[in-house]
Amino acid sequence: MTIPTTPPEPTGPVAPERSWPLWEVFVRGKRGLSHVHVGSLHAPDAPMALRNARDLYTRRQEGVSIWVVPSTDITASSPDERDSFFDPAADKVYRHPTFYDVPEDVEYL
Amino acid sequence: MSPNVSHTTARYALQLGDDALVYAQRLGEWVSRAPQIEEDMALGNIGLDLLGQARVLLSHAGRLDGSDRSEDDLAYFRDEREFRNVHLVEQERGDFGFEMARLLWFASYQAELYAALVDSADETIAGVALKAVKEVDYHRDHATQWVLRLGDGTAESRARMQAALDRVAPYVAELFEDDAASLAATEVGVGVRPSSLWDNASSHVSHVASEATLTMPDQPTWRSRGGRDGIHSRPMGYLLAEMQHIARAHPGATW
Repeated sequence: MTIPTTPPEPTGPVAPERSWPLWEVFVRGKRGLSHVHVGSLHAPDAPMALRNARDLYTRRQEGVSIWVVPSTDITASSPDERDSFFDPAADKVYRHPTFYDVPEDVEYL
Repeated sequence: MSPNVSHTTARYALQLGDDALVYAQRLGEWVSRAPQIEEDMALGNIGLDLLGQARVLLSHAGRLDGSDRSEDDLAYFRDEREFRNVHLVEQERGDFGFEMARLLWFASYQAELYAALVDSADETIAGVALKAVKEVDYHRDHATQWVLRLGDGTAESRARMQAALDRVAPYVAELFEDDAASLAATEVGVGVRPSSLWDNASSHVSHVASEATLTMPDQPTWRSRGGRDGIHSRPMGYLLAEMQHIARAHPGATW
């Protein structure tokens, strides 16, 4: 008698994915600032994702506006491309506004 | 405030507070048991909103009734017969559909209740109402969203949502019954007649049910009664045992 070393192939249809789709959540802290990514959550559809985001990410008055985006709709840069994407900007100091005097009372610059 | 008005107000605040406290306890049971962690949070948040309402209302009742009892005294050291909540909120946690049916009815009731109590002659009750109106609006929306999705969902979810509406039906009439404490409080401008809330609350629930392709249950063959007089159903004793045993095992303990 031989003892199988690998588990048998599943027979019959594979069970469908039961969990809800993933959504990315962006919250705007206050007027004048942009929405910032704060995390992700599961929800069955967009209106419920918005409500879940309200419960999970704004329960301590963190925001005045929420965006939710299906995670599958986000195209992200790959870690493999990091060198070619970002390193060339490293030695170009002339792209920074460091040669100007910034008035003291200008915020968010 | 005359002693009569104080007592009437205290008694009224007590039953509003007990509804909120007992339902907060039931909703808290969902944490770690809801279909997804996001729903744990949602139901936990709703329970905490209700707990916040209960704390102010019970503190107010303890101050006005002359007994000088704190919110904790009232929550942890009263026995079953002294609680004035309706039977709907003390019923055991059922499936998720049952909770959404119960929440839809309770939040629809509370939405109308607090909208009316904003004009209460009692400042504390009016203050609670003003804050709670927005909270409860969200609770009602949450239940509405789920009843729509489960009712107008799969055959299984629809059947279970319909069964939940049917199961909740016998407990609804008690919410809208003109009990003695509410009538007395209405008399002095502090409260509102529960029966006056029925039209708007029930029309919201019927509207949601019909959108969700569900049928509003026929007049149930029996109905709950007695909660406002301290007569409760079987689950209430177990609920209180769980809620009160730590406070009673360690009287006076603090964090």
